[in-house]
Amino acid sequence: MFADAFLNLDVLAEAWPLLRMGLVQTVLLSLLVVPVGLGGGLILALLSLSRSRALRWVVAGWVDVFRALPPLVLLVMVYAGLPFAGIEVSAWGAVAIGFFLNTGAYYGEILRAGIASVPAGQMEAARSLGLSRGRALRLVVLPQAVRNVLPDLLSNTLEVVKLTSLAAVVALPELLFQARQAQSLSYNATPIMAAAVIYFLLLWPLVRLLSRLENRAVASR
Amino acid sequence: MTGWHSFAESFLNARVAAEYAPKIIAGMGVTVALAVCVIAAGLVAGLALAVLRAMGIRPLNWLLIFVVDVFRAVPPLVVIVLLYFGLPAAGVTLPGFAAAWLALSLVLMAFAEEIFWGGITTVRQGQWEAARALGLRFAPVFFLVVLPQALRLVIPPLVNRTIAITKGTALASVVAVPEVLGAAQAGVSFSFNPTPLTLAAVAYLALFLPVVALGRWVERRWHVR
Repeated sequence: MFADAFLNLDVLAEAWPLLRMGLVQTVLLSLLVVPVGLGGGLILALLSLSRSRALRWVVAGWVDVFRALPPLVLLVMVYAGLPFAGIEVSAWGAVAIGFFLNTGAYYGEILRAGIASVPAGQMEAARSLGLSRGRALRLVVLPQAVRNVLPDLLSNTLEVVKLTSLAAVVALPELLFQARQAQSLSYNATPIMAAAVIYFLLLWPLVRLLSRLENRAVASR
Repeated sequence: MTGWHSFAESFLNARVAAEYAPKIIAGMGVTVALAVCVIAAGLVAGLALAVLRAMGIRPLNWLLIFVVDVFRAVPPLVVIVLLYFGLPAAGVTLPGFAAAWLALSLVLMAFAEEIFWGGITTVRQGQWEAARALGLRFAPVFFLVVLPQALRLVIPPLVNRTIAITKGTALASVVAVPEVLGAAQAGVSFSFNPTPLTLAAVAYLALFLPVVALGRWVERRWHVR
C-alpha cells in the first residue's frame, strides 16, 4: 500500500521527464538567487561601514524588516502586489526581487559580522602601506571576513537553495512545481517523494560539510 | 499627485482594509498558535534525540544522524506538500494545520538536535569524569551536570534557528490554512485589491520585528568567547 503510493516505479518512469526539467530549473534558479543575494548582502555590509550614522540606521532597519518578513510573504507581495501598481513581473522577476530583499538581508548581516570580526589594525596596517580604502577592504579585510564567517555563509546558502522551492507557489516550473504537476496527473505521491529524494541527494553533501565545520568550531572553543 | 493617489487607492484602501482587518487579525491568532505548537514539539523532540544520541548506541546513532540530515536537506515546503497532498494517496488525510505543524516540527527537531548535540559535545570530558568519580550514574551526570552547561552554550544558535523556522508558518498558506498570508491572499482575490497584502506585511512586522530584536539581544547577552 505504502510502496504503491510513494515508491511506484511506473509512476516514477512517467514523471521522470517532468522532474528532470524541474531539477534543471531549480539548479538555474539557485545559480541566479545565490549571487543576487550575495551581491545584495555585500552592498548592505559595505553600506553599514559608512561614517554616516543616518545611513547605518537605515541599513540596520532595512536588514531587520526584511529578516522579519517571511520569504514567502515577500514573494507573494512582489508577484501578486506589483501588478496592481502597474508593474508586471514574471515569476522569475518576482523571485529575483524577493530573494534580493530577503536573502540579501541575511547575507548582509553575516558579512557585516564577518567584517566586524577583523581587527581594526588590519585596515590601519594596509592603509599605512599605501593601499586606498577600497583596495584595503577588497584585498585585506574582506578575505579575512569571509574566512571567519564561512560556516554561516554556507549554512545560509543551503537555506537559500531550499527556499527556491517557494518559486513553485508563483508557478515557476522548478522541481517542486513539476512534482506537484506529475502528482496531480497520476494521483500518486511518488513524484513528490522523488522530488524530496532529489533535494536530499543534491544537498546532503553540503549538510555533511556543515556538520563537520560546526563540530570543528565547537571543538576549538 | 495622481500617481500617489492611485497607489494609495490600491495598496492603502481604507474600505478594503476595514473589511479584511478582522480576518488578518484572526490569521495572526492562527500563525501564533501554529508557531507555538511547532516550537514546543520541535524543541522537545530535538532535545530527546540529542539525549538519545548521547547514550552512544552505534546503529541507533547512524539512523538518527540520517533522519536529522534528511530534514536539514529537504525544503520544509516539500515536506508540507508531501504530507498534505501525498498522504491521502496512502489513505491518510491530514488537515492543513496538522500537516504544516508536523512538517515544521520535524524540521525544527532536526536543526535543534544538531545544535543540542553540539552543545553536549562541548562540555569537557573532565566534567563527565568528575561527576562519575563522585559516584553519579549516567542519568544524573547527564541531566544535572552536562545538560545545564550545554543548554547555556546553545541558546543563541537555538533561538535564531527557532525564529527562522517559525517564519515558515507562512508556508501553511499553501495547504489552505487561514493564517496571516492565507487570509490576505483570500482577501486579495475577493476584493481584487492588494490592500490585504499590505495588512499582512504590517501583521508580520508586528509579530516578527520584536522577535528579530530578541534574537539580536540574546546573541549579545549569551555571547561565548
